[in-house]
Amino acid sequence: MAKAFTPKVVTANHLLEGDVIYMDVNQKWVRELHQAHLIEDEAQADAWLAVAAAQPWQVVGAYLADAKSSAVGPVPAHFREAFRAKGPSNYAHGKIEQDQVAA
Amino acid sequence: MYSYNAFDTAFVRERVAQFRGQVNRRIDGSLTEDEFKPLRLMNGLYLQLHAYMLRVAIPYGTLNSRQMDQLAMIADRWDKGYGHFTTRQNIQYNWPKLKDVPDILDALADVEMHAIQTSGNTIRNVTADHFAGAAADEIADPRPVAELLRQWSTDHPEFQFLPRKFKIAITGSPNDRAVTRAHDIGLRMVERDGVAGFEVLVGGGLGRTPMIGKVIRDFLPQEDLLPYVEAIVSVYNILGRRDNKYKARIKITVHENGIEEVRNQVEARFAELRAAFDGIDQKLLADIKTHFAPPAFKDAPVDAFDAHRAANPAFASWSDTNLTAHKNDQYAIVSVSVKKHGQTPGDATSDQMRVLAQIARDFGHDELRISHEQNVILPHVHKSDLPAVYQALRAADLATANIGLVSDIIACPGMDYCALATARSIPIAQQIATRFDELKLEHDIGPLKIKISGCINACGHHHVGHIGILGLDRAGVENYQITLGGDGTETASVGERAGPGFSADDIIPAIERLVLGYLDLREDADETFLQAYRRLGADPFKAILYPDQQKAA
Repeated sequence: MAKAFTPKVVTANHLLEGDVIYMDVNQKWVRELHQAHLIEDEAQADAWLAVAAAQPWQVVGAYLADAKSSAVGPVPAHFREAFRAKGPSNYAHGKIEQDQVAA
Repeated sequence: MYSYNAFDTAFVRERVAQFRGQVNRRIDGSLTEDEFKPLRLMNGLYLQLHAYMLRVAIPYGTLNSRQMDQLAMIADRWDKGYGHFTTRQNIQYNWPKLKDVPDILDALADVEMHAIQTSGNTIRNVTADHFAGAAADEIADPRPVAELLRQWSTDHPEFQFLPRKFKIAITGSPNDRAVTRAHDIGLRMVERDGVAGFEVLVGGGLGRTPMIGKVIRDFLPQEDLLPYVEAIVSVYNILGRRDNKYKARIKITVHENGIEEVRNQVEARFAELRAAFDGIDQKLLADIKTHFAPPAFKDAPVDAFDAHRAANPAFASWSDTNLTAHKNDQYAIVSVSVKKHGQTPGDATSDQMRVLAQIARDFGHDELRISHEQNVILPHVHKSDLPAVYQALRAADLATANIGLVSDIIACPGMDYCALATARSIPIAQQIATRFDELKLEHDIGPLKIKISGCINACGHHHVGHIGILGLDRAGVENYQITLGGDGTETASVGERAGPGFSADDIIPAIERLVLGYLDLREDADETFLQAYRRLGADPFKAILYPDQQKAA
């Protein structure tokens, strides 16, 4: 029996900023994981990744990351993606800092 | 210290100009990431978890106040107001933007610094004893040789595409503070019949296959050093494996071929090369040596130091732990702890960098060093100036009296920053330091080196920690393995794995249990953790770490 498909999000780093970014439902890049589009159909995953790979002037190192659905949108399925989504734990830098500025 | 000549200046500026063009072509789409990546890595620019990271070489860990001020300026202008000192005596900036990096490199070139060969399969920044030129136990300052190696290895056309990265460490002292036995080549200065030469070690390394370096030449005359090192790298370039990244380091080459075979090939190559070195290297070395003349030491009473020690217990405690004997007995070597309890090991703010630069100018003959243990060294401070230095450090939160103690922890950036990491390191270091500060026991515990790596690549040197901690991903959860009995000095050994790993919540209590247990096991207060481990073996320490298993057995 085939292994159940784990839902994915398309993620990468922004070419200029280096910041972690995700692809939303309109195939635009967004900064927050919960704004990303959760790909639940395995057949679509590679096509979504191909869209990202075709934008080398904008993104670096696009890949499919495991994620889970939740009431607020996709959430990380692994602690590495959790750190990418929220920033380092020793300072309020990166996404945490940006969220504070935005708030 | 060394000052760039016209060639160095032109070379570094040219490289910055080249990289500026490469960045522009990447941004305008002319270069793909696959094309650009090797170019950025040649200039020390990585892409990490949250951002780019720029690794700047601090050659053999030596810098002056002007350079430290510039590192602070870069941190403020293009980063987030701090820098991270690493176990390879480099500084890393965690948040630069791609378009700013050429400007950062130009700012570094303004103070004779660069990020060349801080990545890639090349000869990396040569590291050295951080007390070089100052230590009482030193035969000679190894930094002129380190600078010669820097010049020789920089852009060396034969060695830009080695099988894997290549790290050289050098010490001028028989007491090894540069972890030479865990480097691809380790150079340890020794004397024979009153003449200084080098014991040459090869094939040491940490990572997934830790190895202690083997002696390839027990005594190499100084004038043969460059052709001999070139012979080693040349043989490795041919013999080293390129089919498997994990078997590509010279430690595997030595392990698979045997030290005898490697030695035979190196000696044969050396015989060819020796003739090609017609003495130009020795002329260069003689010129470099003039840059490393000792400072003009002052001659003055040191009574103020003794009086202040008697009057101020905090100063006395700091001077007990953070000072090392200088070759001039009116002087001391000051190790400045960048490890205040609860802070990130090796991180200094731009304000702290400027304070250190100012202290170096005012009291330190304008010299600073970065240690592989992620601290900052003031190598030449007259003892009468120590009270003033201590006050200035205290005001900048830099006077923690913990050098060599349980909270003086090496930690790699781990999964808080590093794309390769499998678990976090920094929070574990912060929590251990905070906990032992609460217990107020670290001075009783005495010398103890805890080293933490967030993955098997071992940037945090966990294999040579008296207590090593390795962070792994076990089924999607952070898990920490403990190794015991490692040693990075002249009595080097690789630590042994103690047993099953601990969760992030359980690792701090496990370390506390282990260290408090050692206090019961030691013969007296003078027996260090490592000595007790070597006397007793692993079993009593394992019993402390895994009490439930002992009950079951």
